[in-house]
Amino acid sequence: MCLAIPAKVISVDGPVARVTIEDVEYTASLLLLEDVNPGDFVLLHAGFAIEKIDPDEAAETMRLLLEIEKNSHG
Amino acid sequence: MRKTVTVDARMKYIDEYRNKDLILAASDELKRISKKEITLMEVCGGHTMAIHRFGITALLPPNIRLLSGPGCPVCVSSQHFIDTAIAYSKIPGVIIATYGDLIRVPGSETSLEKEKAKGRDIRIIYSVLDAVGMARNNKEKPVIFLGIGFETTAPATAAAIIKAKSEELDNFFVLSAHKVMPPVMKALVEEGVKINGFIAPGHVSAITGTTIYDDLPSVYNLGVVVSGFEPVDMMQAILMLTRQVESGNPKVEIQYKRAVQRNGNKTAQRLMNEVFEPKDDTWRGLGVIPVSGLKIKENFSIFDAGKYFKVEVPESSEPKGCICGMILRGMKTPVDCSMFANQCTPAEPVGACMVSGEGTCATYYRYRS
Repeated sequence: MCLAIPAKVISVDGPVARVTIEDVEYTASLLLLEDVNPGDFVLLHAGFAIEKIDPDEAAETMRLLLEIEKNSHG
Repeated sequence: MRKTVTVDARMKYIDEYRNKDLILAASDELKRISKKEITLMEVCGGHTMAIHRFGITALLPPNIRLLSGPGCPVCVSSQHFIDTAIAYSKIPGVIIATYGDLIRVPGSETSLEKEKAKGRDIRIIYSVLDAVGMARNNKEKPVIFLGIGFETTAPATAAAIIKAKSEELDNFFVLSAHKVMPPVMKALVEEGVKINGFIAPGHVSAITGTTIYDDLPSVYNLGVVVSGFEPVDMMQAILMLTRQVESGNPKVEIQYKRAVQRNGNKTAQRLMNEVFEPKDDTWRGLGVIPVSGLKIKENFSIFDAGKYFKVEVPESSEPKGCICGMILRGMKTPVDCSMFANQCTPAEPVGACMVSGEGTCATYYRYRS
């Protein structure tokens, strides 16, 4: 029910964006999220973009994980 | 010679969080650091699904136990809510608009699905804005949207009500069973469920932020880690909680930092607070929990189906022998139920935990070994 999928924004037209998930296009309402631009990734939930995905935070999480992976081979 | 892990993604922000080497590394690290007997509750039905789908349990040391919580909106919606929705569907001319997973939930006597088969106008929608569109295109008919879901979903309903108001639609209504997470999490602990920490819901927290959990470490001595929904996310969240428990230092942390900020989504919070206010609400199996539900504020009462449509709903009863309520409270698991996988299956569900795809019983059934 709280499922939300990362979707890439391809265009923004007022309160509505076109987004793609695995090359399939969807419409995303932007009524709950401001300052969305083409190229951003957003979480799509029941037709609404509910949050932007932060690429820097994603990279930092991945860095921490790779660190654990590296150490596990010690 | 150590092999290099390359993390590429065809589906960005999904595939890299399903990387097998990272999952196994987190598993090794957990086994290395984990000493104490630990029970963690995953609150969200989406997490329950991910745990079983990706076989997370098999990657944990035997002293770490996961327990499913009450985070399946379909499962916790009260029998009275379902019966009211069914009664609305019988009003001539009414269109019921609902998310798909609700229609098969058995009411006291029938279900929305059975009523739809009898010709009631019950329509499955993907977005609440579809229901607003239906109201716009069917001005002579009342459209009643069945509002279920937690903080992830409630802002969308709020946005739809505000949109209906701006369009001056007088035939769009919402029956709200929207609920909020923190009160039920605390209620479970106060009732005596024995856990060391919560794997907190990622998309609820994307909206609310994490300040809503601040008293769980300070008052209840419980760790909280907000997790994403991919297997790497979940393994990392379990690792973070295990570190907290092992060091005796419970706190609120965010694993799912790419989507969750400490203060959450302010726009969504503002809309939710504009339209809804807290109310005491009934949860299946848990009874009434203070300030755990959302009702439509007086300013928007013309959209409140409960105020506009009066229906007689008989005293509701839970399905006989169903232990869904105990499962939602973390007191039992589906295999404790004598009906599980024989009288009660996803094709012929007896109780709500078997109906929703993210219900604990349905998840256990699908991935049972």
